[in-house]
Amino acid sequence: MHVFQFEPLNLPVNIEEFRLEVRDFIEENLSGYPASKKAKSWAGFDPDFSRKMGKAGYLGMTFPKKYGGHERTAFERYVMLEEMLAAGAPVAAHWTADRQSGPLILQVGTEELKRRIVPKIASGECFFCIGMSEPDSGSDLASIRTKATKNNDGWLVNGTKVWTSGAHRVDYMIALVRTTAEAEKKHEGMSQLLIDLKQTSGISVRPIKNLAGEEHFNEVIFEDAFVPSANLIGVEGQGWRQVISELAYERSGPERYMSSYRLIYELVQEVSLNPTSSGATAVGHLVAHLATLRAMSMSVAGKLQSGLDPALDGSVVKDLGAVFEQSVPLIAHQTIETEPSPSKGNDFSQTLAYITQAAPSFSLRGGTREILRGIIARGLGLR
Amino acid sequence: MNETSELQVILADQMQRILSDLVEKKTLEDSEEGIWPEKLWHTIEENGITRVLVPEDLGGAGGNWCDAEVVMRAAGRHQAPIPLIENVIANWLLAKGNIPIPNGPLSIAPVNNADKLDLTLEGDHGRLNGIASRVPWGRFIKKLVLLLETKNKLFVALVSTDKAIVEKDTNIASEPRDTLFFDDVLIDISKPIDEDKGALQRAGAMARSSQIAGALEFLLLESVKYANDRVQFGRPLGKFQAIQQELARLAGEVASSGAAVETAFRARQNNDAVFEVAVAKIITSEAATTGTSIAHQTHGAIGFTYEHPLHFATRRLWSWRSEFGTENRWSEELGRTLADNGATKLWPFLTARTAANSKIKN
Repeated sequence: MHVFQFEPLNLPVNIEEFRLEVRDFIEENLSGYPASKKAKSWAGFDPDFSRKMGKAGYLGMTFPKKYGGHERTAFERYVMLEEMLAAGAPVAAHWTADRQSGPLILQVGTEELKRRIVPKIASGECFFCIGMSEPDSGSDLASIRTKATKNNDGWLVNGTKVWTSGAHRVDYMIALVRTTAEAEKKHEGMSQLLIDLKQTSGISVRPIKNLAGEEHFNEVIFEDAFVPSANLIGVEGQGWRQVISELAYERSGPERYMSSYRLIYELVQEVSLNPTSSGATAVGHLVAHLATLRAMSMSVAGKLQSGLDPALDGSVVKDLGAVFEQSVPLIAHQTIETEPSPSKGNDFSQTLAYITQAAPSFSLRGGTREILRGIIARGLGLR
Repeated sequence: MNETSELQVILADQMQRILSDLVEKKTLEDSEEGIWPEKLWHTIEENGITRVLVPEDLGGAGGNWCDAEVVMRAAGRHQAPIPLIENVIANWLLAKGNIPIPNGPLSIAPVNNADKLDLTLEGDHGRLNGIASRVPWGRFIKKLVLLLETKNKLFVALVSTDKAIVEKDTNIASEPRDTLFFDDVLIDISKPIDEDKGALQRAGAMARSSQIAGALEFLLLESVKYANDRVQFGRPLGKFQAIQQELARLAGEVASSGAAVETAFRARQNNDAVFEVAVAKIITSEAATTGTSIAHQTHGAIGFTYEHPLHFATRRLWSWRSEFGTENRWSEELGRTLADNGATKLWPFLTARTAANSKIKN
């Protein structure tokens, strides 16, 4: 049975100085940014802000310098991330590229790909989306059907990806596709391809409006879309293994418990203006959980930094984090007598309106609650 | 606690050995009938475990709060039916007050902020009047250690309980929680000590949080074991997704309780840890509710019998979540401070706390 232990992290010296540097950057570049936009957290898409972050050296922080990176530690990157999230900075444009596409290419990509793509990620000039889910393959990712068949110097891709966040605005997709039509086992015969969404014909991207009326995710249809051989990422047939290691990056970061932070902020503001016993209790309860999740998430970051595989611990943090993030709008609603108003209310009311509607996605994206708990149960020796 | 100290390894090993040996089902049942487990108590005291926080030059183990956490967590994991954590705290206070440490068992007071206990200074001594409510194991102890305030100074006091009237009561788990009445009793007191008056309440909250984390570990182990053993519909319960999902939640409660407790004890080693202790008691008290519910649901009817030992842990958890402050009391207290500071200070406060406790001072 796996013992879930989250040892408190020893932060490197000087890291708090770096934190102040990030706060100065935010102060300088985000002043006057409205609460209703801050509420969007890491769903806020702003290429200009991303490029400013690139200039400041906040993208590709851990990448090697020869690929445009800054060779900073994972902790420094962690500090930068949580400061951005706490401030409600619009970080969606570069988020996927910086978090997982860049590291994936650096880990398994060819030298040519690293030189061609990674520096542009680090400067905030090219953005990515993830082509995993399909209409008939959600949690059961290994059942994907989008296929790539060899053709001259490349592949012809046919099929449909769905729930692809940002596909209508970003430059590249890293798609998981079948490269062997009749693989013996379900988890074999898959590969990852880098697809240029802007320069490739045979791709149609259709935004799917979400319940809040926003266009974040998309349906992406490939009809004989040609992808050159040079855009194969990693090893042909090893796509599943590569995706699994990619998901570890996706599940352990601070974004997994901070999506509702701006609502906690607005709630504290309300309670501070109008102190009540129930308001104080709500704030204490939420902040206790926030602090504990932060300690756990940092502990996982520490394990990643020391080369351990924290996949199981990451699943626990993501599950607890999503439950927490989703509890915030309910507690805020029950604590403050204000109707949520998406566009006209005060900051609390608008933030509440946004987070209430965004919350269902918190336990769906990046692995559903049920999938994560299944992984945890296996760790407990139950499957 | 990244670096597990040598002392922690020794303590963990000692606790595991002694408690698996001497806390049997019979010990727990006898304890509920009012029988004092002398052999268990004697072994714990003889091995110096209750003096973990006492400096070496005062005859203790010279451990820090992280070392003490190992002891407290094990006490909770095994549901040791003795005032173990109470003696660790009592001896810590006595050492703070430079009062020679007598043989136990001892206990601590006040455990409730509302207790009226008046100390009048009388030369090098003091006179005590008032009521110490719900004193853990009050009927079995020889002496009581108190943290008392008078004239804006804090004193540690040691008083024989034969000078008190004892009114017996228990918590849900039949652990003694007795009220002691003191009527003009002459007591030994320390010189004024350098602590704040919340120190005892916080120490108690830390201890109960750690015990809760330990008892939750026990619930998880037992529940997983039961789910793998018990067969229904032709397969072990653990093969059913409905059970798996719930036990994964229980694992989450165990994980967050452990993390909150370790953070609190580590912080306490560095400073007064007002924030981290509140967080730990909030997290663990809430987890006690969720954890007991999942463990009982998994165990079915057999877990609801007196015969099955699950209740020795769950009834303690229902008690410990209220002792030294419920989650709501701590949440309200913490929330008031945070709201007073205002929203803009919240995030900088959180990061500053982590930075302050990043390394353990010894």
